[in-house]
Amino acid sequence: MGSSHYLALSAILFALGLFGIATRRNLITVLMSIELVLNSVNLNLVAFSFERSDLTGQVFAVFTIAVAAGEAAVGLGLLLALYRLRSTTELDRARELEG
Amino acid sequence: MEKLLWLVPLLPFLGALTNGVLLKGRISQRGVTAVACGSVGLSLLAALASIGGYLTNGAFAGGKPFELVLWSWVPAGLVSLGGGVLADLQIPFAFLLDPLSSVMLFVVTFVGFLIHVYSVGYMGHEEGYQRYFAYLNLFMGAMLLLVLGNNFLVTFVGWEGVGLCSYLLIGFYYDQEFPPYAGRKAFIVNRVGDFAFLTGLFALVSQYGTLEYRKVIEAVAANPEKATSPYLLGLSLASFVALCLFVGAMGKSAQIPLYVWLPDAMAGPTPVSALIHAATMVTAGVYIVVRMNVLYQLAPGVSLFVAGIGAATALMAATIGLAQNDIKKVLAYSTVSQLGYMFLAAGVGAYTAAIFHLGTHAFFKALLFLGSGSVIHAMSGEQNMQKMGGLAKHLPVTYRTFLIATVAIAGIPPLAGFFSKDEILAGAFGGGHYLLWTVGLLTAGLTACYMFRAVYLTFHGEFRGTHEQAHHLHESPKVMTVPLMILAVGAVVAGWVGIPAVMTFGKDVNWLHHFLGPVIAEVPEHGGEHAMSHALKWVLIAVSVAVAVVGIGIARRLWGTRGVAADDAFKAAFPAVQRTLENKYWVDELYDATIVRATWATAAGLHRFDASFIDGLLVNGARHVTVAVSMVSGFFDKYVVDGLVNLVGWLSRQGSRALRSAQSGLLSQYALALTVGVVALVCLYIVMR
Repeated sequence: MGSSHYLALSAILFALGLFGIATRRNLITVLMSIELVLNSVNLNLVAFSFERSDLTGQVFAVFTIAVAAGEAAVGLGLLLALYRLRSTTELDRARELEG
Repeated sequence: MEKLLWLVPLLPFLGALTNGVLLKGRISQRGVTAVACGSVGLSLLAALASIGGYLTNGAFAGGKPFELVLWSWVPAGLVSLGGGVLADLQIPFAFLLDPLSSVMLFVVTFVGFLIHVYSVGYMGHEEGYQRYFAYLNLFMGAMLLLVLGNNFLVTFVGWEGVGLCSYLLIGFYYDQEFPPYAGRKAFIVNRVGDFAFLTGLFALVSQYGTLEYRKVIEAVAANPEKATSPYLLGLSLASFVALCLFVGAMGKSAQIPLYVWLPDAMAGPTPVSALIHAATMVTAGVYIVVRMNVLYQLAPGVSLFVAGIGAATALMAATIGLAQNDIKKVLAYSTVSQLGYMFLAAGVGAYTAAIFHLGTHAFFKALLFLGSGSVIHAMSGEQNMQKMGGLAKHLPVTYRTFLIATVAIAGIPPLAGFFSKDEILAGAFGGGHYLLWTVGLLTAGLTACYMFRAVYLTFHGEFRGTHEQAHHLHESPKVMTVPLMILAVGAVVAGWVGIPAVMTFGKDVNWLHHFLGPVIAEVPEHGGEHAMSHALKWVLIAVSVAVAVVGIGIARRLWGTRGVAADDAFKAAFPAVQRTLENKYWVDELYDATIVRATWATAAGLHRFDASFIDGLLVNGARHVTVAVSMVSGFFDKYVVDGLVNLVGWLSRQGSRALRSAQSGLLSQYALALTVGVVALVCLYIVMR
């Protein structure tokens, strides 16, 4: 099992995440899709770290997970605030800042 | 007392101001009467006091006039008279009281006052009572200025003033069709004369540097060579000025060819006719000619012209008077005729006789007009003598006074008209103007004839009016008959101030001659009248009286016995003559065909030029050009300027639309864009590798 397998899985995950972001309207689903995209990146980092026997990539992956956790917390906070304001989690309904 | 002179014209002006402006419509009829008659009455008293004061002080005895300078009016200063001569031209606003203006002043104020009083009765039921009296007072004021002015300029103000007032009063009934037309005609015809009058004044100013009568007369008398030297149009200075003044007088005093306004002036109220004809306006021309007699004596040609015009006017108007049926028209032509008499006198050098006749005429003509007014009043406005007749028993006072005036104008002694007319005829005969004398004599006979025709048709025979009119007939109220009686006294006695010496068997009691002596320049060749023998004078008197009696006799034979039938018989016998006289020799028609028509045609041509060229081509052309230019400009503005502006707006909108879509706020779109971007980057990487 070479690194190309990891890369392929990562690409599939990335594509799934991107598809979710692009097509879903529910903010929760979008957030979940973003996690998929982040995880596909993490998978790539870990895969290259393993192949090159360099731990730096794994450290970065841990950082990413930490940041993603923070991001999820913030995202959920925004989600709650949006729900309170609009009684919905539909993304298309939150367009106040559009140009 | 003569210091009161300034009050004489001022009072009527104040009356006119009060009635016409200050208290217009805010005063009772009684108040209007008080103001109007009161002002003229006081003016009469002031005039009498002034004349009395002048006659009793030393200046009169010394033959000097009294001058009252009120203020400096035209301080023109030094003016050049040509040839390096300078004159100090100062025209004061000043009044002059000398024998001539005293006579005029008395006649104007006295007769004018009686006409005012009479008007109270005559106009009592008329609309515009206050307006009428305002105009009448204004008329008096203007006429008094004319008479009293000590220079031509003050006189000219009055001269124009009476012209204006005649226009206002003749056109008094402005809601009818004819009176305003007649008023306009009087005004315009007078303007023709005024133009010549002004020309004469300019000639005087330019040659003598003064307009004061005294100075002009002194200058002319001091230097007759200058006055008789050639001046303009082949005339001497004296002739030119005299001619100009006489043309002005032709207009004011209704002489051929400018007499046409006066018969039409009958359209005004009857007392106005009396005032215009007897005491004011029409006498102004005679007054000016007599006032300037110095000039006329230096211009024998012009004097002869004056006499000729006067005689022609006298005869022509008398013949027309014979065929008129309107009682006022008869009197109007009689006035024209009598004024011709006065000019005949002035023309032959009998200036005193001219003024004498002016004075006596004022009394009996005012009386005739007021009497006709009384008749018209009784006949409810009817003026046609064909529809009168037999009024003597209904209007006894009017009849008697009218008859006295008629006898006076016919020239029967010892009434006023006889003396003055006889003096004129004697003057013409004595001056060797036998043709003029014959014309005058003929006119006298005609005058007697047509005046008695008026009396017979109006007062004798059977009443020919409607039953209603017959029922309504009444004598006029006291306020009208008393002035008639006073004037009747005047018509009898006014001539006694100038009884010729021959009738008093050598005793010289011709008071007027002595009185007017100082203002009449010596006439060297005028000795003819004095040179006539007593017998010849008696013959002349007898002839003139005989002619008058014959005239009366003819009138009595024709109209006294046959009434209107005589007119019809005459008409049947001489239809052409009758038509010519009835139509007044077609002079009005002649004017209409030539001057009036030509003026209208010129005006119409100018109008067409104005309408087609000025309005059509220039004004409307400019309009079209402006419209076209503005259309082009509007098109450019709309499509080019606005188009550019809109293009900028459109570009901004399109740009904003493009940019806005990048900021839709739709996360999914952003994600799509991101995806596309990534794919594009990957593709780019693959291709570039």
